[in-house]
Amino acid sequence: MKQYRSDYLDHLESEAIHIFREVAGQFEKPALLFSGGKDSITLVHLALKAFRPGKFPFPLVHIDTGHNFPEALAFRDNLANSIGEKLIVRKVEDTIREKRLTEPVGKFASRNALQTYTLLDTIEEFGFDACIGGARRDEEKARAKERIFSVRDEFGQWNPKLQRPELWNTYNGRIHKGENVRVFPISNWTELDIWNYIRRENIQLPSIYFSHEREVLEHEGQLVAYSSFIRLDPGDKIVTRTVRYRTVGDMTCTAAVESKADSVEDIISEIIATKTSERGETRIDDKVSEAAMEDRKKNGYF
Amino acid sequence: MDLLRFITAGSVDDGKSTLIGRLLYDSKSILIDQLEAIEKQSKNREEGEIDLALLTDGLRAEREQGITIDVAYKYFSTPKRKFIIADAPGHIQYTRNMVTGASNSDLAIILIDARNGVVEQTRRHSIIASLLSIPHVVIAVNKMDLVDYSQDVYNNIVIDYAKVARATGLKDVKYIPISALQGDNIVERSTNISWYEGGSLLDILENTEVQKDLNYKDARFPVQYVIRPQTDDLHDYRGYAGKIISGVYRVGDPVVALPSGLKTRISGIEINGKRVEEAHVPQSVTLLLEDDIDISRGDIIVKDEALPKTEQELEALVCWMDAKPLVPGNKYLLQLNSRVVRAVVKNIEYKLNVNTLEKDYSPGRAELNDVFRAVIKTASPISFDRYDELRENGGAILIDETSNVTVGACMIQ
Ligand SMILES: Nc1nc2c(ncn2[C@@H]2O[C@H](COP(=O)(O)OP(=O)(O)OP(=O)(O)O)[C@@H](O)[C@H]2O)c(=O)[nH]1
Ligand SMILES: [Mg+2]
Repeated sequence: MKQYRSDYLDHLESEAIHIFREVAGQFEKPALLFSGGKDSITLVHLALKAFRPGKFPFPLVHIDTGHNFPEALAFRDNLANSIGEKLIVRKVEDTIREKRLTEPVGKFASRNALQTYTLLDTIEEFGFDACIGGARRDEEKARAKERIFSVRDEFGQWNPKLQRPELWNTYNGRIHKGENVRVFPISNWTELDIWNYIRRENIQLPSIYFSHEREVLEHEGQLVAYSSFIRLDPGDKIVTRTVRYRTVGDMTCTAAVESKADSVEDIISEIIATKTSERGETRIDDKVSEAAMEDRKKNGYF
Repeated sequence: MDLLRFITAGSVDDGKSTLIGRLLYDSKSILIDQLEAIEKQSKNREEGEIDLALLTDGLRAEREQGITIDVAYKYFSTPKRKFIIADAPGHIQYTRNMVTGASNSDLAIILIDARNGVVEQTRRHSIIASLLSIPHVVIAVNKMDLVDYSQDVYNNIVIDYAKVARATGLKDVKYIPISALQGDNIVERSTNISWYEGGSLLDILENTEVQKDLNYKDARFPVQYVIRPQTDDLHDYRGYAGKIISGVYRVGDPVVALPSGLKTRISGIEINGKRVEEAHVPQSVTLLLEDDIDISRGDIIVKDEALPKTEQELEALVCWMDAKPLVPGNKYLLQLNSRVVRAVVKNIEYKLNVNTLEKDYSPGRAELNDVFRAVIKTASPISFDRYDELRENGGAILIDETSNVTVGACMIQ
């Protein structure tokens, strides 16, 4: 008999496409939460594989904190345009105004936590019953525990002590009115898998993922992009460095890494050699407590 | 590079999480900041050494209680292979989470504390591994450091477990003495256990053959979604989107849609919008058919060389995963791949006694964590295979329609 072989990336890809199609088959009003980072760009690529030549059975939804990298926003608009899919943008700015939320203050005041309000409002506004996201289990220890179909109550809350059994590749997306399911098709991918896949599939990314010169503030060993969103204190020095981003979140809570890697190939070599994790190196918001992510998820965060 | 998915199982505190921490640590897969974080937490708890179990025990409640509650997934790779690890809880209360992690595993490492030998949870997890047809099992006798690396202790446990393996019908079982805490026989062979002749645990994980576990023979394609662009140029396009869960499909192949039994041929196979001549398990593809027959989500497209059964009654071994007991006559939804049908559990034939492995033929009802054999009747026909012959089309879940929760795992017989 003929020999067939499958690479591990083939397995991961097929698993993700299968999950996308389960969402399409099981839900009335799904949405793909698109952040503009490499993981959600990979999701879009997988969705194309899952549904073309048809249209996506869901819109792309971006919760815009107002603190995004301009490069990422431009990339977002271009991508949605070029694939001809619907993009919905909802702004944290508007939620803050309408709901009179208190803007966080501080040196790197982050709207990361406020995002959850806008997200939950958006889910309610459109009646989304499933939100697809690009979280990966290798990112963080609370994420390592979450199901692929993760049921959230009306307040978007995750109950880690009472997750549904999830057997084989059979996903139970049944929910009560008001609840929604967060779906993570690339749960089982690691950062390196993503980059290997980006290389294999020749997926285009925003320029900030590649080496470039940038004005940054050096703060406790991390390089934070200089922007009007951070507060400068006396003694702060802005320096120009050759950097790239390993993750793309808000300008206030993602740090850059020094790097000369300007091709996917070079980035892969750097990731293989790195001694720190993606979040450890680049996230300014996770260090607050051991359970920072678990707590945010319990409150409705992605 | 290929992929191995494995789970660590065994009783509470047998050292599953520590083993995974050790495996990641010794294979240099832990990054500095992750290590610093668990070092800090270990000190917070006034313990001398770093507690490697903290690497997977990611929930606050787990860290507080020092036990695992739900499965944690961890990833690492060696030049030979990529691994996906599911670290399961040992506590009986969380057995359903162990079942979750076990259901996708190619291999199970069942740990046994050398001081305690085979205990009830060892048997329970072995039964589950067997029911789920996990192809490969490694019995890791752990905490050898606490029994002076005694060969006698180890041998006695092996003899004891061999009985369990026989009774539960586990096939490929390997044995290894280890100390997860000290790192003996995890990545490197240990000089403390020189009487042991086999390779290290990592050797076993790297060299267990898994590609041949895929079934290229019986073609099964559950339809998940129908792609209908309805644009001017693709007006008549109907693509059946799904994943080939077993077998191979070629353009021109005669196929049958079940449960309807309607026949046609494959006119095209698309991957990513591009035409291909053939596709195989585990690819996600879109099938185009010659005739416009009525097929929708929940149907399965097969080749008529080896048909699955299509019936309204089936027998299954069931793991019960809900606190609400199952009383014969109860109604549920049964989901097998993309097909969901109404079902009633007509009767429970017997319940398995986890300790004696004997069958109890007057069981009454089934409680949380019970394993039993039941007859299930469905409201409409369903096409299935025997789980032990084709696990991809023989595993179904039961859903409680009032709570929407997944309450039972059915291995169809
Ligand atoms: N001496 C010794 N202690 C060990 C060994 N392996 C684990 N332990 C200890 O046993 C205790 C339990 O270890 P865990 O890894 O948390 O056990 P577990 O099997 O994951 O437990 P649950 O997930 O709650 O079922 C911890 O205190 C470990 O340090 C070993 O090889 N030798
Ligand atoms: Mg554990």
